[in-house]
Amino acid sequence: MSVVGKPTPLVDARAKVTGQGVYTDDIKLPGMLVGKILRSPLAHARILSIETSKAESLPGVRAVVTGRESTVRFGVLPVSRDETAMAVDRVLYIGDCVAGVAADDEETALDALRLIDVRYEALDPVLTIDDALKPSSLPIHDKTVGGTNIQKAVDQDFGDVEAAFASSAFVERHEFKFAAVTHAFTEPHCVIAQFDHDGRLTVWSATQVPHYLHRALSEVMGLEMHRIRVIRPMVGGAFGGKSDPFPHEMIASLLSRRTMRPVKILFDREEVFITNHGRHPTRTSMAMGVSKEGLITGLDLKALIDGGAWGSFGVVTTYYNGVLCMGPYRVDNFRYSGKRVYTNKPPSGAMRGHGAVNSRFAMEVLVDMLAENVGLDPLEFRLRNLLPPMTKTINEFRITSNGTKEALETVRGASDWDNLHGRLPYGEGIGVACGFYISGSALPIHWTKTPQSTVHIKIDSDGGITVHSLAAEIGQGSDTMLAQCVAEPLGVALSRVRVFSSDSDTAPIDLGSYSSRVTFMAGNAARRAAEEIRKDLVGAASVLTGYPAEGFVPTDEKLVYAPDPAITVTFMDALAEAIKGKGALIARGCYAAAPPMGGKFKGAAAGLSPSYTFQAYVARVGVDAETGFVTVKKIWAAHDCGRALNPIAVRGQIQGCVHMGLGQTLSEDFRYNRGNILDANLLDYRTLTPKQMPPVDVFIIESNDPEGPYGAKEAGEGPILPVAPAVANAIYDAVGVRPKELPITPDRLLDAIAGVRRGGTKQAARTSTARRPAKVGA
Amino acid sequence: MKDTLLRIAPAQRAGRAERVMTTLNVNGAERRLAVRPYDVLLDVLREQLNLTGTRRGCDMGTCGCCTVLIDGRPILSCLTLALEAEGASIRTIESVATGSGLHPVQEAFVQTGGSQCGFCTPGFIMTAVGLLEKNPDPSEEEIREAISGNMCRCTGYIAIIEAIRMAARRLRNEPAEVGR
Repeated sequence: MSVVGKPTPLVDARAKVTGQGVYTDDIKLPGMLVGKILRSPLAHARILSIETSKAESLPGVRAVVTGRESTVRFGVLPVSRDETAMAVDRVLYIGDCVAGVAADDEETALDALRLIDVRYEALDPVLTIDDALKPSSLPIHDKTVGGTNIQKAVDQDFGDVEAAFASSAFVERHEFKFAAVTHAFTEPHCVIAQFDHDGRLTVWSATQVPHYLHRALSEVMGLEMHRIRVIRPMVGGAFGGKSDPFPHEMIASLLSRRTMRPVKILFDREEVFITNHGRHPTRTSMAMGVSKEGLITGLDLKALIDGGAWGSFGVVTTYYNGVLCMGPYRVDNFRYSGKRVYTNKPPSGAMRGHGAVNSRFAMEVLVDMLAENVGLDPLEFRLRNLLPPMTKTINEFRITSNGTKEALETVRGASDWDNLHGRLPYGEGIGVACGFYISGSALPIHWTKTPQSTVHIKIDSDGGITVHSLAAEIGQGSDTMLAQCVAEPLGVALSRVRVFSSDSDTAPIDLGSYSSRVTFMAGNAARRAAEEIRKDLVGAASVLTGYPAEGFVPTDEKLVYAPDPAITVTFMDALAEAIKGKGALIARGCYAAAPPMGGKFKGAAAGLSPSYTFQAYVARVGVDAETGFVTVKKIWAAHDCGRALNPIAVRGQIQGCVHMGLGQTLSEDFRYNRGNILDANLLDYRTLTPKQMPPVDVFIIESNDPEGPYGAKEAGEGPILPVAPAVANAIYDAVGVRPKELPITPDRLLDAIAGVRRGGTKQAARTSTARRPAKVGA
Repeated sequence: MKDTLLRIAPAQRAGRAERVMTTLNVNGAERRLAVRPYDVLLDVLREQLNLTGTRRGCDMGTCGCCTVLIDGRPILSCLTLALEAEGASIRTIESVATGSGLHPVQEAFVQTGGSQCGFCTPGFIMTAVGLLEKNPDPSEEEIREAISGNMCRCTGYIAIIEAIRMAARRLRNEPAEVGR
């Protein structure tokens, strides 16, 4: 391998470090107008009237649109199309879009918003999960379960959990609570929409899934898809938060249709927080049993998930909260009951580690408890319970490559686990946790015959290799990955390859950058396209030399005849011959996950993936028992990504996941007061600062997946999973308390420590007497 | 919507104030500009001078994406009135690379993976350039302190800190050490 596996600076890094890169807000078009959105001040209200004439007559205002402009429903999942461009009859959360204005400049647009007179009739908002579970006289959306605000209820049952628990040596059941967290990417959402007089619409948007935006625009604007062109400029971070088609993209398009001019809408930071689509606030009740031999007997899980005002990816989230607990441990009896509710708050959606993070926390804490119950070291306990590679889970996930064992052994050695766990002084602790995640969803959201990824390649006589794809580069390095997967089979330098991945008019369809699918699917498509075009080149080498084509191997900008390496043809000579009489070389490759996999039961497709990734992390913490303040001192992170096509990118994803995971663990909390976000800025919403970020020792485990491109799986999401529980388990090792609510704030931890010292709870009593009396009341 | 209201307020208060002429020294060139008294430097750089490498992340001094150097000091251009910068030397990301190539700080960001989505990168690079001009041999703690006004959501800051250390070594002509 000359390109794949080498630490490779991102192909767009130079554009980024010089500021030359173009994000959506950097684009200026002739005649462009400024769009602004009027948002609801009420969490739940009926719109009685909207008076726009004053705004419309303000000089400089070019158009005002309201919900009546388009009542077409859309949503990222076909099963929950519950959004409209703007509120039609009711507003559903504080910040819901009510009207849009296009004006010559920003000040005029903002003045116009103040001149729009909306009369509301306030309705009782549903703000908590408990309220949402009750029957309602006016549910937030039409399609709910039995007149409540439950959007989706999932029940799955495999094996016999009750019987398994009855025969278990120990069963632990605990309640967990998770705050809302959000992506907090640095680039605010931005869109430009432009209708032209050819009846076509072009939309530039900071999106990670251009194709779903394309589909939604087609439905909302009533235009055939081929009349719409979606362009994704550079995207300044997304993490799941730019994967839905959004109202502001529809509003800009509606305003452009009215004015026939380009309209740009750029969010301010508060609007970014209002738009949210972050991780669902969740209450989780989980029980696990263990045999006296230390094997997990069963898992019983209930999750109540706060979806906010819209469906978004929520149906998937609901399933994922359960089914993504099916690894890395063998669980033969599994029962899951999940409910996602609508509330009058900004919508929750997909965020890095989608649907898996909160349940994983509960599971890894319980695993630690069970290990202690049976008197096993928690790391050893995990090793005993692992699924092997090449197996099937009880819910019929097909597990292929699996590097968990190696990952656990690696962090065990690196962290000096065997000498430190249970042996550090009071206030110092070390904890372990594992993770499990999909590498792309095997079954796409839309049931079409279109492959999930297609890549086109063109090589003309200039020798440049052009790659077209719609896999969205959002900073994770997918353009670099595509270039590598093309350069490798062609034996050329990476610098020959240019990736164009932003334009729906020139690129074949790709389902975009979500569910950790891009390396696996688009990478395979790119490799296949390059292997196709390689046939032309070796054929040409054969013509030029008279030796059989099968003998030629592309390497180092040449085609070398393997049986006699003295016989070579340069890439450029072979290219010239291949093009003769035919024109530029073109090829396509695609990926469509269609192997027979998955069960026949309801929801069998959820969580089904052509491959899975596995993680094992150790965290070391210090806990100040007087203040409740936790200092994470170090993380040892081992992630099985199959094969690291680009170790720089893989390492970056793992480090970024640790940062985001620690934020959720310690400080990130999206709080509300009566439906109003209290933390709608980057000061109050506290991500870890450079001074809080601990060192991270990254270990890349390469299990070489049989179906991944060059063995690769994913690295963008799985690595966030073990972060929070590893820290929680380390806190237990340090001070003997089990955090069960995120974030683990000093006040919560202090209360728990005080509880242990008073010996107030059963668990505390056990901790204080049986386990480590020396640490309690120190 | 408190933020929206905040952003409406200046225009209202100022009653669409008349523009005033000013001269700003941007990247070594004198630029004669008509600005409103309440225009912040970020707006003037991006909208009037088309220097879009300085990014707009929050408009309220919380993300650091708009960091530029004023007389060598990293400042947030979203919280600085354009008129306040009169007479000072303003440097933006566009001035950092020269015809002969990337600045060592930029090159180090490329090599370590200190830039992922890239949106925060120009701000970090300006902060780092400002730091290294003043302190050519910063400790890791000094680097963390210097960049603590810049936010990155992709890297966990690790590759950024590595890049600044690498650049510092190169600027001091010490042999490069390959980052982890």
